[in-house]
This record gives sequence, structure tokens and C-alpha cells, in this order.
Amino acid sequence: MSKIHVTTTVNGDETEFLCDPRETLLDCLRNQLDLTGAKEGCGTGDCGACSVTMDGTLVCSCLVLGVEAQGKTIETIEGMAAGGELHPLQRQFIEHAALQCGICTPGILVAAKNLLETNPDPTETEIRYWLAGNLCRCTGYDKIVRAVQAAAAEMRETA
Amino acid sequence: MRYHTPSTFEDAARVSAGAGGVTRFLAGGTDVLVQLRAGLVTPDDLIDIKHIPGVRDIQRTAEGGWRIGVAVPGIALGRHAELSADWPGVVEGMELVGSTQVQGRATLTGNLCNGSPAADGVPGLVAASAMVTVVGPEGTREVAVADIPTGPGKTSLKKGELIAAITLPPRGKNGGDAYLRFIPRTEMDIAVVGCAVSLTVEGDRIASARVALGAVAPTVVLVPEAASAIEGSTLDEAALERLAAAGSRSTTSGAPSLSAPKSRGCWPSAPPA
Ligand code: FES
Ligand code: FES
Repeated sequence: MSKIHVTTTVNGDETEFLCDPRETLLDCLRNQLDLTGAKEGCGTGDCGACSVTMDGTLVCSCLVLGVEAQGKTIETIEGMAAGGELHPLQRQFIEHAALQCGICTPGILVAAKNLLETNPDPTETEIRYWLAGNLCRCTGYDKIVRAVQAAAAEMRETA
Repeated sequence: MRYHTPSTFEDAARVSAGAGGVTRFLAGGTDVLVQLRAGLVTPDDLIDIKHIPGVRDIQRTAEGGWRIGVAVPGIALGRHAELSADWPGVVEGMELVGSTQVQGRATLTGNLCNGSPAADGVPGLVAASAMVTVVGPEGTREVAVADIPTGPGKTSLKKGELIAAITLPPRGKNGGDAYLRFIPRTEMDIAVVGCAVSLTVEGDRIASARVALGAVAPTVVLVPEAASAIEGSTLDEAALERLAAAGSRSTTSGAPSLSAPKSRGCWPSAPPA
């Protein structure tokens, strides 16, 4: 099975990897690039733990092939904090105790950031629908929604 | 698995026609990758059609309708204000498919070709009299969307054929469409029944209608009796009763067990023939 050479931009850095055409982007991120923030909860597009953005669009990286990343711009949780400084969403998740085991957290943070980029002042309902594809099995969704609301408010103030 | 990235539909058709084993076309991948992972379908040749110019475009046709590229994801349909104003039912049907993440990838054409009787994107297209352009080894033909699905996971597309675009007719004056579905939850579920209606009005009366139902038969079905039940009416109680009766009658001729939870669960991953 011949491997395919893929060049892509991940969190601002031009990156290359070799992959089997059957490998998912999630596997390539985790196994080839050591970016293990995106998690595999289901592998079938149901849980959102593998969420990343590709050319600015929120996707499940388990439903994207590594070869499809050729020439694309990928953003993962690893690119969220600027230097040592946590993103307001990350800080508010800690302050609101919006995580327990943390498996769902990278995906939810990436999804929430993507929401706030197009909608800086979402209603609670909009947040809940946007995050409907991100399952959390321990924290419960209320704390997560409050944390997103708090981060949105903070980001609107400093914008 | 060989991965192909043709730059024309003709090339894509040639690769597919010449392939010996299992072939799949890749657009959004939200069904193909799930089937791949589940081991249901392992293509020998995977043909990614997203490198073909124009596949992500939504364009006005010369007649005033719309041409939707095969790789346009659901999220792009919803963000297209003019298309959403003309065909809100078509757009809403597609927007009901999966989560935000799935919307970033899943396409109307993929929803059609996956062949699920419960595909939320399809009844709206059928009610709208949408057409698809099919490219294959023998050339290009225009086919009604209603004639594409032939059964669960099955389509009328022949070996080597693929869809190059979906065309919606001009909306015209005094018309509108809608899609509603019934699901046991409020979000992220598979339709027990989906219903699309496209109609035009004259004064306070319905001049013409098309009604399509999903998840009640082996394919999405057009129900002409349901349309004639409301045509000419003001949608009064009696007309609504006739409409409901026509809808119910159409489902008994199909497979009533389709809405049983057990069998519903298999549609998203039903292996295409
Ligand atoms: S691992 Fe991708 S959605 Fe669950
Ligand atoms: S914190 Fe454990 S799944 Fe969400």
C-alpha cells in the first residue's frame, strides 16, 4: 500500500506527513503529528470529541481522510492558547468547572470558538444547538453552556 | 484502496467505469467514512470529486432557478440568503442532517446517493421537482431527483455514472416550500416520517402542490393524492383531513415497519448495493 504525501497548514505551521489513503485526519493528527488533543470518542461522527476546523469550517476529523487535508488550513485545540496565555474559553471552562474527565473538552472548545467567530453573542439556545454534536458524559451541559456564555461576554468586552 | 482526485466529471466517470472492484465517490464523506470504518464498504477505488472546479458553487441558472454543486456542504446552503429565501424547505431539510460538524461536510447530493429512505435532504428536492445532471460513460443526462433512489441504499445510477449538480427550478411568484419531520428527540435523530410540501397560491387558494414523504417506504415518495387533496382549497379543516388521509394511505403500501426503531437504526449505515 503506497503512502501519500500530504502538505497542510496546522495551527499556522506548514506541516507534512505520509499517510495511507484510508487513514482519517484524526489518526494523522494523533499518530503522525503527535497532536493528541483531538480525541476519538466514536469514530463515526456522533460525539464531536475529534472536532477541528478545516479552512475555517468545523468538522469531525474522524470523518475526514488525512489525504483530504492536502493544501488545507487545519486548526486544532493545540493552537488555541496564544503562547502561554489561555484562550478566554479555556479560562472560563476552568473557572466554571465545565470539565471533569476532559475527553470531550478539546472538541467542545474548538466548536465553541468556531461559533463565537461568526456569532459573538449567541443565545443559550443557539449555543445548545451548535454544540448538539458534542457529547459530554460526565460534566453535564449547563456548566459548559455557562462557560461559553461567560467567555463570549468577556470577548465582546475586550473586542 | 486507491485514492483518485480527478479534475473533471468525465474523468471521474472514466475512473469509475474502468474500476474492477468496489468504487465510491467521496464528497462530504459523512456516510462513506462511516461505512469504511464499520467495515461495511471498503472501496478499492475512492474517487474524491472535490478537486473538480465549481463543485462548491451555488449559482443562479439562466432560467432563474439554482444549480447546487455536489460538494456544497449543508452549512453553505443555510448561509446562502437568496437560495434560502427561494427554497427554504430544501435548505431546512438539509440543515436537519446531523450536527454542526456534519453540516460542515455533508452534501445534498451525498444525502441523495446514500439512498436512505429517511434522508432529510431528499423530500424537499422531490417536492421542488429538482433535477440532477448525471455524467457517465455514455454522456450526460438530466434526471428527476425522484428517479434516483430505487430502494434502501440503492440508486438508479449505472456503473461509471455520477451526479455533477442538482438543479432547482425557478421558485416563481406566490410559492413556497417547507420540510418538517417527526423524531422522538428534538435534535440529531432520524426521521420517523418526514414531509415536504411545495405549493403555489392564487388569492387564498392553493393553485398547485407537490407533497413528498420520507421514511415511510423503501424510497422517498411523491404522493400526488396528498397534493390533489389540498389543491383548489383554502387549506380548511376538510382539506387537511383529506391530506392526512392521503398521506396515511400512501404509507401502508410501502413498508410500515420502516418506522420501527430497530430498523430505523440501520438506515444511515445501510450498505449501498
Ligand atoms: S470521534 Fe469523531 S465524532 Fe466521535
Ligand atoms: S468531561 Fe468527561 S465527557 Fe465531558
